Amino acid sequence: MEPDVARPMFDTDELVINMGPQHPATHGVLRVVLKLDGEKVVDADVVIGYLHRGVEKLSENRDWTQIVLLTDRLDYVASAAANLAYVETVEKLMSLEVPRRAKYIRTVLAELQRLASHLVWLGSHAMDIGAVTVFLYCLRERELILDLFEEFCGARLTYNSMRIGGVPQDLPPGWDKKVLQFCDIQMEKLVEYETLLTHNRIWLGRTKNIGVISAADAIAVGLCGPPLRGSGVARDVRKDEPYAAYAEMEFDVPVGSRGDTYDRYLVRLEEMRQSVRIIRQAVGGLPEGPVMGKVPRLIKPPAGETYHANESPKGEIGYFIASDGRSTSPYRMRVRPPSFCNLQALPQLVRGHLVADVIALIGTIDIVLGEVDR
Amino acid sequence: MADSDHTTPAGDTPAAAPTPAAAPKPPAKPAAAAAAPKAPPAPPPGPPDPAPPADAAIPEFIQALQAALPGAVTQVAYWVGDWTVIVDAPRLLEVARHLRDTAGAQFDYCSDVTAVDWPARAGERFDVVYCLYSTGRRARVRMKTRVADGDAVPSVSGVWASANWLEREAFDMFGVRFDGHPDLRRILMPEEWQGHPQRKDYPLEGPGELMLESPQDWLKLRQSFNEAETE
Repeated sequence: MEPDVARPMFDTDELVINMGPQHPATHGVLRVVLKLDGEKVVDADVVIGYLHRGVEKLSENRDWTQIVLLTDRLDYVASAAANLAYVETVEKLMSLEVPRRAKYIRTVLAELQRLASHLVWLGSHAMDIGAVTVFLYCLRERELILDLFEEFCGARLTYNSMRIGGVPQDLPPGWDKKVLQFCDIQMEKLVEYETLLTHNRIWLGRTKNIGVISAADAIAVGLCGPPLRGSGVARDVRKDEPYAAYAEMEFDVPVGSRGDTYDRYLVRLEEMRQSVRIIRQAVGGLPEGPVMGKVPRLIKPPAGETYHANESPKGEIGYFIASDGRSTSPYRMRVRPPSFCNLQALPQLVRGHLVADVIALIGTIDIVLGEVDR
Repeated sequence: MADSDHTTPAGDTPAAAPTPAAAPKPPAKPAAAAAAPKAPPAPPPGPPDPAPPADAAIPEFIQALQAALPGAVTQVAYWVGDWTVIVDAPRLLEVARHLRDTAGAQFDYCSDVTAVDWPARAGERFDVVYCLYSTGRRARVRMKTRVADGDAVPSVSGVWASANWLEREAFDMFGVRFDGHPDLRRILMPEEWQGHPQRKDYPLEGPGELMLESPQDWLKLRQSFNEAETE
């Protein structure tokens, strides 16, 4: 029999493989169907929905005040940020005035939350790429933030830390001093992470020029938060549409230049420094006064619709809420999830890279599946 | 713990007790009590979409839009600081392109696309809502269009790529179809799912995974529950 010379010994067909939904580097239950040419990714299809709990549907059947609990469970490593965006949207719908002290407390909580979320991101992102030490370091500092939250509201993960009209209680005595102490520790430790990563040759090799996205593409595909700023777009809801007490705070919005994974890493690290700066200002200038505004006993916003956005650690978290004016629950509540919108860019980011880079790229967009799937 | 659990209902009973005693009209009461749960308020016919107050100046880009595409914007609404333009569905793409490309508008960032179900509204059941943002001008506007059940809206994913997944979600949750969408599949629910969960007539509690495995079994099960309830 003649050997079939036209047929190569090994197939070079494209191979379709599944990554996830059970995979340690997908940060939950994310499934990516990769089309591979050897080690190279030709295309990717992102399959989500494994964690869909119908938060929006549930909200239509819960009281306005009960929904704060549901927002906790969206982005469960940054629940205070989701709480804040929700209560602010309802306050906007009701035209409620929030006391200044409450606004400051909210700002401190939101920034502590940003630090905690970025620490989880940095730790897991570095661990995915192979630097396990950073993960241990980051969780060590996050623990301190969780202790602060526990002292404030009694919870360590799902805080329920905001109320429509203010915050549930005033700060515990001595809490502000502990926060300032933590700020000092955090600033010191940030240097520690940087010594491990910023000039590390392996880190540079794994992150530089990986997943480059231009500013125009990033805007078009709807990236938000640090990934958008990593591409050089100075877009930060805290600066552009100030909420809580951000109008009175002084801080910079770091942006990247190349839009690669390394830039997004630098942006987030600088953001952590800026967060510490905001916390110090807010705690230092904490005004006296009540922490709850005048809120009607039965919350029933007048009929109307509104959209309000905040800068969560992941990006622009927005709520579109429609009230019918007579029910004690929203007629429609829509969450604009930043992780969901950022994840949409993943196929664009991974095309042409190696399989190992997919893991780095899932890490760099910083998703939480609870928020993607809702 | 057990004691405190017991005290709560016990404390509730005296509070609840005065109600029948305080009502001295026995014939009127059962009628009112029976009527109250049986007549839920009629669903709202639609969003109020209030017209802007006289002292609020309509932003220039909306005026320019109305001048450039006469008749495309059917209504301009203003509520708690948000401007909304309500657009005819067939002319949605024209308006979208105008809002993105015109110098005074530059809404280059599509934050959100979602839908709202108003089953009581005659003709057009769904509102499709687009939340737009301009990264250059740092301004927001909402674009809204109305569509009947079963009809399609032109997809804006060609104008803003970010609308791709957002439109898929609106399709998944409401069953609103988007014409010209490159990949209109379900996104959060499994592909073989039946129905669109965010519709107002979709039940809050459902059969769960049973339905996926065998819809017939589930239908039988539901029937038997209904019969048990009627008995």
